[in-house]
Amino acid sequence: MSEVVKKYLYVNRKAPYGTIYAWESLEVVLIGAAFDQEVSLMFLDDGVFQLTKGQDTTGIGMKNFSPTYRSLGDYEVKNIYVDRNSLESRGLTQDDLVKVAWEDWESGEEKEDIVEVVDSARVTEHMDESDVIFSF
Amino acid sequence: MSILHTVNKSPFERNSLESCLKFAQGGSSVLLIEDGIYAALKGTSAEGQVKAALDNLSVYVLGPDLAARGFHQERVIEGVEVVDYAAFVDLAAENDKVHAWL
Repeated sequence: MSEVVKKYLYVNRKAPYGTIYAWESLEVVLIGAAFDQEVSLMFLDDGVFQLTKGQDTTGIGMKNFSPTYRSLGDYEVKNIYVDRNSLESRGLTQDDLVKVAWEDWESGEEKEDIVEVVDSARVTEHMDESDVIFSF
Repeated sequence: MSILHTVNKSPFERNSLESCLKFAQGGSSVLLIEDGIYAALKGTSAEGQVKAALDNLSVYVLGPDLAARGFHQERVIEGVEVVDYAAFVDLAAENDKVHAWL
């Protein structure tokens, strides 16, 4: 595949369902998985609501895309970061969020959950360290 | 003239709820729908605003929109009533008009 591997960071700042941003971001991440790049996701502000567990959209007639987040580890997504301040100001803790398992098919390395709650300074660092940022 | 106010924006992203609560006449009804439901949750930075509003307004939240986003009654601020679509229709019919804050 491509010779140069870049670090891609997808920044998600919108709540799911009220607007199309969350779903569109997820689509782009899944499409991007075909290109063998290093992909990380960051959830900030209302974006943290995308990861809440137990979403049931039967009452609103929309597709429930939250199960897709749980499979991101199978789509080359290596890191998922959640801003601690954004979680706390919304009355949430990591227990409210879905778990995303990850496995390296070649080395057999496994992680039960790659969702990591980080402080604002780390958010800044991850943005700084990435080569390309897509913000939704 | 009684008014049903609907708010469909997250209180953390827009000031729709803040403006609605500021201008709503005492005794009016406020229904939180779509991303507006996040204002009904306990323990958020918007909780104080909603609790204060309960002193002179009736506040409702649409159950199907709560469930879609992974939340239920037990996470909702005391005094905010969870309603279904039928109750939404009743509220709209009971009031003289509906003000949809976007």
